[in-house]
Amino acid sequence: MNMKTLLILIPLLPLFSAAIVGIFRNYLPRSAAHVLTIAGVAAAFGLSAYVLNQTMHGFTLNEAVYTWLNSGDIHFEVGFLIDNLTAMMMVVVTFVSLMVHIYTIGYMAEDPGYSRFFSYISLFTFSMLMLVMSNNFMQLFFGWEAVGLVSYLLIGFWFTRPTAIYANLKAFLVNRVGDFGFLLGIGMVLYYTGSLDYKTVFELAPQLAGHTVSLLPNTEWSLMTVTCILLFIGAMGKSAQVPLHVWLPDSMEGPTPISALIHAATMVTAGIFMVARMSPLFELSTTALSTVMVIGAITALFMGFLGIIQNDIKRIVAYSTLSQLGYMTVALGASAYSVAIFHLMTHAFFKALLFLGAGAVIMGMHHDQDIRNMGNLKKYMPITWITSLIGSLALIGTPFFAGFYSKDSIIEAVALSHIPGSGFAYVAVMAGVFVTAFYSFRLYFLVFHGDEKWRVVKPHDDHAHAKHDATPVDDHHATQDDAHDHHHGLGPHDDPHEPGWVVTLPLVLLAIPSFLVGYVAIEAMLYGDFFKGVIFVDDHIHPAMSHLAHHYHTFLHSPAGMALHGFSSIPFVLAASGVALSWFFYMKRPDLPAAIYRRSRLIVCVLEHKYGFDQFNETYFAGGSRKVGAWLWKFGDITLIDGAMVNGTAQFMGKIASKVRQLQSGLIYHYAFAMIIGVFLFMTFLIKIN
Amino acid sequence: MQATILSLPWLSLAIWLPIVAGIIVLMLGSDQKPTLTRWVALIGSLISFVVTIPLYTGFDHKDGFFQFEELLSWVPAFNMHYHLGIDGFSLPLVLLTSFTTVIVVIAAWEVITKQIAQYMAAFLIMSGIMIGVFTTLDALLYYVFWEAMLIPMFLVIGVWGGPNRVYATVKFFLYTLLGSLLMLVAFIYLYHQTGSFELADYYLLPLSFKAQILIFIAFFMAFAVKIPMWPVHTWLPDAHVEAPTGGSVVLAAIALKLGGYSFLRFAMPIAPDAAHYFSTTMIVLSLIAVVYIALVALVQKDMKKLIAYSSISHMGFVTLGFFMFGQLALEGAMVQMISHGFISSAMFLCVGVLYDRVHSREISAYGGVVNTMPVFAAFAVLFAMANSGLPGTSGFVGEFMVILAAVKFNFWVAFFAATTLIFGAAYTLWMTKRVFFGEVANHHVAELADLNKREFFILAILAVLVIGFGVYPQPITEVMQATSAEFLKHMAISKLPVAGY
Repeated sequence: MNMKTLLILIPLLPLFSAAIVGIFRNYLPRSAAHVLTIAGVAAAFGLSAYVLNQTMHGFTLNEAVYTWLNSGDIHFEVGFLIDNLTAMMMVVVTFVSLMVHIYTIGYMAEDPGYSRFFSYISLFTFSMLMLVMSNNFMQLFFGWEAVGLVSYLLIGFWFTRPTAIYANLKAFLVNRVGDFGFLLGIGMVLYYTGSLDYKTVFELAPQLAGHTVSLLPNTEWSLMTVTCILLFIGAMGKSAQVPLHVWLPDSMEGPTPISALIHAATMVTAGIFMVARMSPLFELSTTALSTVMVIGAITALFMGFLGIIQNDIKRIVAYSTLSQLGYMTVALGASAYSVAIFHLMTHAFFKALLFLGAGAVIMGMHHDQDIRNMGNLKKYMPITWITSLIGSLALIGTPFFAGFYSKDSIIEAVALSHIPGSGFAYVAVMAGVFVTAFYSFRLYFLVFHGDEKWRVVKPHDDHAHAKHDATPVDDHHATQDDAHDHHHGLGPHDDPHEPGWVVTLPLVLLAIPSFLVGYVAIEAMLYGDFFKGVIFVDDHIHPAMSHLAHHYHTFLHSPAGMALHGFSSIPFVLAASGVALSWFFYMKRPDLPAAIYRRSRLIVCVLEHKYGFDQFNETYFAGGSRKVGAWLWKFGDITLIDGAMVNGTAQFMGKIASKVRQLQSGLIYHYAFAMIIGVFLFMTFLIKIN
Repeated sequence: MQATILSLPWLSLAIWLPIVAGIIVLMLGSDQKPTLTRWVALIGSLISFVVTIPLYTGFDHKDGFFQFEELLSWVPAFNMHYHLGIDGFSLPLVLLTSFTTVIVVIAAWEVITKQIAQYMAAFLIMSGIMIGVFTTLDALLYYVFWEAMLIPMFLVIGVWGGPNRVYATVKFFLYTLLGSLLMLVAFIYLYHQTGSFELADYYLLPLSFKAQILIFIAFFMAFAVKIPMWPVHTWLPDAHVEAPTGGSVVLAAIALKLGGYSFLRFAMPIAPDAAHYFSTTMIVLSLIAVVYIALVALVQKDMKKLIAYSSISHMGFVTLGFFMFGQLALEGAMVQMISHGFISSAMFLCVGVLYDRVHSREISAYGGVVNTMPVFAAFAVLFAMANSGLPGTSGFVGEFMVILAAVKFNFWVAFFAATTLIFGAAYTLWMTKRVFFGEVANHHVAELADLNKREFFILAILAVLVIGFGVYPQPITEVMQATSAEFLKHMAISKLPVAGY
C-alpha cells in the first residue's frame, strides 16, 4: 500500500464506521456501534502514529487527491499536506478520540442514543482529520465547518433539553460569526494570490507584504494585516477567544465525553492550529500579531476569573479551557507558534484527562455536577483521584509535568517579545498562573477532600440552580428534572463508586502523557528541527523564539534543568500560592470564601453575569435582528410593497374601473353622442396634421 | 452508431414527451382509477427524465456554443422558427427540470386524492413547457413557452391550493404577466430591427445605448419578478404558502430559475452595455435580497413562508454572481441555481411531510418532532444544514464561489453577501430547533408516524444529490466552463454602434 492510499484511509476509516453505525443503528446491536467505531478510530490512530514516525524521518507529502472543481484558471482541490505539524495533530486527535471512544462505552451505557453518539464522535474524528490534513484553504474551511456541525449535533445530543438545544444553536451561530471573517480572509487570500493552495500562497505571500488595501475611503491598511485579522476572526470563533467565547461554557450541555474531546482537547484548538499553519502570513504583520496577543491575553486572564465562582464541575473545567486557549493564542502572538502547538498538545492530554475525570466524578455522584455536594471522593474513587490530581498539577504548571514545559515556555516567550501589547500580555499570563492554580485546586479540594457533603440533605432547588445557570432561553420552558442524566444525584446514604475499567483505563492512559510528554518532547518541538520548514518565524522582526532557544541552550541545557530551574521561578511561586490559598479557603477556613463573597457584591455580580456578554448578545444581536426583521417584514413587505405598490395598484385600477364603468350606461343615445364627438375629434386631428 | 443516437431530436423529445405523457394521463386517468393514473404519470415522468440524460452524456464540454440544435420553419411569414439548442447554462437546468418532475410525481403519490389525473398532467405538461423555455433559441417560441408555463402553475395553485389561493394566484398571475408584456414589447422592437426572432441575430445586433437601456429594463421587469428580486418578490411567499407541496417544489426548484436563466440568455447578451451600466443597481438589489430578506425570514411564523423568503435570499446570490462579470462568480451563480433546486425541493417536501400529517404549517404547532420521527428529523437537519450553506453540501458551493469572487470585485459586497453565513444559519436552524427539537409539544406531534418508504425514498435521493454535489461539484461546473468563458467574452464587447453608424 503506498503512502497516499494509507493517508486517504486515515480519515475515511472513521467516516465509514460513522456512516455505517449512523445509518444502520436501528438494525445493529449496541455492541456493534462501539466495536465498529473503535476499530475505525484505532486503525486511524495506528496509521497516524506510523505517519508521524515517517515524517519525523523526513517524509513529507503535498498532493491533491481529487479536483473539487475548476472555474476558469482557479482550481479547487481536495488534498493532503503531511508534515510534522499535521502528523502530530493527527496523532493527538486520534489518540484522544480513541480514549474518548473507550470511555464512552461506560459513560453512555444507559443512554438510548448510544449508537448515535458513537456515530457522531467518529464523524467528528473524520472532520477534524480533514481539517488538519488539508493542503488548501477550501478543505480547511470544510473541516472547519464540519467540526462545527458535529459540535452542534453533540451539544444538542439530548435534544429534549431546552438548555441543550439553546446552547447548540448559540454555538453554531457564534462560530458562524467567526467563519464569516474567516471566509472573507480566504477571499482576500484568493484574490491576491490567485490560489487557495497553502504552498503557492505561502510562496507568494512575502511579495505582498508591502501591499495596502483601501477598504474605507482615505485609509490605507496593510493587506497582510487585514487578511490575517480576518483569518484570526475565524480562529476566535472556533478557539473561543473573547468576545466570541460565549458559546464554549454553554457547550457543556453536551455529554461529558465530547466536552473532553471536542470542547477541550481538539476542536477548539483548531484555531490555534490554523494560525500556526498560517505562520508565513502572520509573520508579515506585526499589527495582526499584536491583535492576536492582546485578545489571547484578555481571554487567558478574564476567563480564568470566571472559573473561580462556578460551582458546576464541568463549567469550571470549561473556563479553564478558555483560559488555556488564551495562553496558546498569546504564544501565537509572540510568534512562538511552536510553543503554542506544544501547549496545544500537552493541554489536549491533561484537559481531556481532567474532563474525563470530571465525567467519572459525575458518574460516581449519580449525575450531580455541583461541587458543593461532593467531597472526600478520594476514598471512594482512587484512580479518578490520582489521575485528576496529575491532570491538575499538569494544568497549573508544576515542574516536570507536561503543562509546566509548555506553559512556562509561553510565559518566557511573552517576556521576550517586544511587539505592542506584550507588556499587558505578560502581566495577564503571569496573573493567570495564580488564578489557574486557585480555581483548579478549589475544584480538587472540594471534590476529593474534605467532608462528604452529599450526606447532608439539601434543599432541592439549590442544586437545580447550579445546573441550569445557563442564560435564559428565548422560548425557555421551566426545566423540571428531565430525562437522562440530569436528575437524581447521590442519596445521603449512598457511596460513590469508581466506574468500570472502560472509564478508568482512558484516565490512566491519558495521565501518562499528561505527566511525561512535556519532558520528552520539548527539545524536539521547541528547540529542535521538528517544525523546520513547517512553521516560519522571521527572527529579525520577531526574535522572541530565537532568544528563547538561546536561553535554553546556554542556560537550562535540558528538560530536567528547565524543571529544576522552574522551582525557583516566579510562575511556580504564583502557582504554589494559588494552591495554598485555595487550600486555606476551602480546607482550612471554609467560612472565609462565603464572607468574601458577601462583601464584594459588585465583583461577584460582574463575574456571575460573565461580564454581561450573554445579555448583550441576546438583547442587541439576537433581539435586534429579530426586531429589524419584524420591522422590515411588517413595514417593508406588507405595508410598503404589498400595501402601497401591489394592492395599491390593484385598488387604483379598481377605482378607475369603477369610474370608467359608469360610462357604459347601456343607453344608445349616450353611445351615439360619444361616437359623434369621437369622429369629430378624429377628423379635426387628421385635418390638422395635413 | 453514435451518430444515430446523436441524430435523434433529443430536445424535442425532452419537451414533448412529458406534454404527451400529460395528455395521456388526462385521457386514461381518473379518480376512479388512482393507481393506474399514478403509474402512468410516473412512467411518463421517468421516460421524460431518461430522454434528457443523453443530453448530458453527449454534451461536448469544450464547445461553448449551442449543441443539439434543431431548426424548423414555424411561421415563415414572420420569420419565426422552431429553433432549439442547449449550452452549458441550459443543460443542467433541463436535467434539473426533468428530474424534479419525477420527484413531484412520487411526492404526490397518495397525498393528492382529488383530480389526480389533472394534477399529474399539470406537472408533466409544465415540465415540458419549462424545458421549452430553457432550450428555445427563437424569441417568440420562447415567449410562448414562458407564458404558457403560467397556466398549469395557476391551475395547480388555484385548484389544489390552500384557503387563500385565489388571492395568491391572482397576485402571482398579474405580477408575472405585467413583466412579461414588457418583454414582448422588447421582442417586437428587436424583430423590427433584425427582421427575425432568431436569438443569434439579436446577439450580433448593434444597439444604441438608449435602446439597450430600454430593452434591459423591459427584460428586467419580466425576469426580476420571476427570480424574484427585491422589491418585486412579494408574490412568492403567498404563492408558496397556498401552493400544494408539488407546486412549491416546482416553483422553487425550477420556476425561479427561469428568471435567472433568462438574464443570461436574453437581457445580458442582447444589451451588454446596459447590463454593465445597471450592474451596480443589480448588485445592490441582490445584496438587499440577501440581507433584508434573510432578516425577514428570521421572523416568519409559517414554515413555508420562511423557506420562501430563504429562497429569495439564496436567489440573491444568483443575480449577484451574474452581475460581477467574472467566471468564478458566474459559475457560482449557476451552481447556486442548481443546488437551490435540490435543497429548496427537499425543504418544501419536508414541510409537506409534516403538513400531510398535522395539517399545519405554523412553526408553533410543532416541537420535538425528532422524538416521534427520528429518521425524518435526520433528513430535515441535513437539509437545514445544506440551506445554511454547510461545506460538504451543495448549498455551500455556489455561495462559496460567489463570495470569493465578490472579495475581488469589492470587499464590501463580499462583506454583505457573507452575512448569509450568519443569518442563513440563524433562520434555518432556529426553525429547525423550534420544530424538531425539544420535548414533544402536543398530542399531534406525539401521534406522528415516521417517514413511509415513499417519503424516505425521495428524501434519500435528494440527500444523496445534495451531499454528492457538495463533495464533488465538478460535474456541474465542467459542462458550463466553455459556455461561461464564451459568455464573458461576449459581454466584454460593447454593442454600441460605432461612431457615424
